[in-house]
Amino acid sequence: MQFGVFSVSDITRDPVSGETPSEAQRIDAIVQIARKTEEVGLDVFAIGEHHNPPFFSSSPTTLLSHIAALTERLIVTTATTLITTNDPVRIAEEYAMLQHLSKGRMDLMLGRGNTAPVYPWFGQDIRQGLPLALENYNLLHRLWREDVVDWEGKFRTPLQGFTSVPRPLDDVPPFVWHGSIRTPEIAEQAAFYGNGYFANNIFWPKEHYIRLIEFYRQRYAHYGHGTAKQAIVGLGGHVYLARNSQDAKKEFRPYFNAAPVYGNGPSMEDFMEMTPLSVGSPQEVIDKTLTFREYFGDYQRQLFLLDHAGLPLKTVLNQLDLLGEEVVPVLRKELAAKRDPEVADAPTHASLVKAKYGDKAPRQPRPNANRGDNVTGASPYQDSAPELEASYPAL
Amino acid sequence: MSTYKLVVVSAGTSDPSSTRLLADRVAQRVDALAGARGHSVALRVLDLRELAGEITTALVSQLTGPKLAAAVAALGEADGIVVSTPVYKAGASGLLTSFFQVLDNDLLIAKPVVLAATAGTARHALVVDDQLRGLFAYMRTTTVPTSLFASTEDWNDPALPKRIDRAAFELVLLMESGFAQRIRDESWNAYQHEFGSAGGTEVGIDLDSDMMRLATGGSAT
Repeated sequence: MQFGVFSVSDITRDPVSGETPSEAQRIDAIVQIARKTEEVGLDVFAIGEHHNPPFFSSSPTTLLSHIAALTERLIVTTATTLITTNDPVRIAEEYAMLQHLSKGRMDLMLGRGNTAPVYPWFGQDIRQGLPLALENYNLLHRLWREDVVDWEGKFRTPLQGFTSVPRPLDDVPPFVWHGSIRTPEIAEQAAFYGNGYFANNIFWPKEHYIRLIEFYRQRYAHYGHGTAKQAIVGLGGHVYLARNSQDAKKEFRPYFNAAPVYGNGPSMEDFMEMTPLSVGSPQEVIDKTLTFREYFGDYQRQLFLLDHAGLPLKTVLNQLDLLGEEVVPVLRKELAAKRDPEVADAPTHASLVKAKYGDKAPRQPRPNANRGDNVTGASPYQDSAPELEASYPAL
Repeated sequence: MSTYKLVVVSAGTSDPSSTRLLADRVAQRVDALAGARGHSVALRVLDLRELAGEITTALVSQLTGPKLAAAVAALGEADGIVVSTPVYKAGASGLLTSFFQVLDNDLLIAKPVVLAATAGTARHALVVDDQLRGLFAYMRTTTVPTSLFASTEDWNDPALPKRIDRAAFELVLLMESGFAQRIRDESWNAYQHEFGSAGGTEVGIDLDSDMMRLATGGSAT
């Protein structure tokens, strides 16, 4: 079981101090948060992707490769990478590069993005968001698995004889999670490919995803990747911790009330009652988090939202201390004790290498010589299958 | 012969409220007329005043409180519906329109509905026909032909009970025809649904669709 944090990268005015951090301060803070995540014994750090203020994270692989360089064990990932408005070819290239630089300590989560204006900025149409996401992933999946791809689809210019470089580390594609809370087609795609399925589990009542996770598990088994219990499920959660319950509520309430996703609507207590939001003592957060397993079954990854709504860096780092010292060790123990022995761990680069090669050495692609026109001719790598004849477009 | 589930939705706010009174009189006549034809009526009243907090919560967030959830379940099972609202500022009460705006688009498909409004002046008489019918057309309900409207002077006009009788009878015949149920049984998939819509009852997933083929490695058409 992996535990970690995810950030949406919002730059929000602190409603208590009245200060709004600069982009520079917030970007610096997120690096400290990620390092602290590893320091307190958590496993995963995830960052969102946005292309408009008040968010900073437009370039997740740049940030994540920096974080990977500063850490030893931490898995860096996204929450989410936009599979709609990014070119899947660029995703294939950038995340393969991140995979090499992090020595495999990465994966990624794909999401559609629901900020309508972002789509036209990148030449897309939100009304086509679902087919766009599905088609783009179909292509991404092939780009990481086939040395040479000929491809034609509806949304992107066709590819002829295309090789995405670098090839994935050890020729093992990064593990992919599909994030969704209401779209059966995304759950189906995750199941079809044997990928992970992630429900953000924040802001919305759990009923929204209980059915979809169940559907994903059934379809995962249907496609022969393992049993329903072995399907790879990740969940989010939003917590605010203090030593005692009253302090937690008192400290968090001004941030709750000012948060665009929470404020001016139902009370914090209503949200705690009806959604996975957990504001309280370590024991209360432990108890609430343990209910997730009861609703969704044994799962492999738990990410917490901690740095949202203008909370100052110092508070976030304190939250991480409490999470690492008092919450996660108990959750690890309790969940391990309850875990069905049939359930698989979340895939890591090491486990995927082992699954693909066993004890044999992984493939290390070496390109053929430059033909003189900056391409490698009919076959891109020295060990590419001979039948892979790339046909380049005529100039 | 049959037991019809009748749900009254009233946006009246005082107690007693003339809006609720108008709805109750329709419900009584539906009960009597259905009874005369050998049916019985199980009545459920939703006083939106009691749901006001949960309705505004649902408008501004994704949260559905327990009372609102129970109201949605009752409407989802209803064979007939009576909707009654006061007129404020030449329009239906915002409480009423807010309530129907937070319901799933497919919750009320084909269900027979009596529309009624009350006002302090007869000048608001067209609110039902001009404003409410549009909302209920969007919800694809079967509104009965007779609209009900009662301003102060109507309460001692013998024409009002006659109109109530007419609307109630229209509702009984529409319930008796089984129209809404047959739409549900025979034509439900011809309407647009989303996963989890129709008050959380629409949970079937069609695997045989273009989008599902695209999800599993096919190409977009």
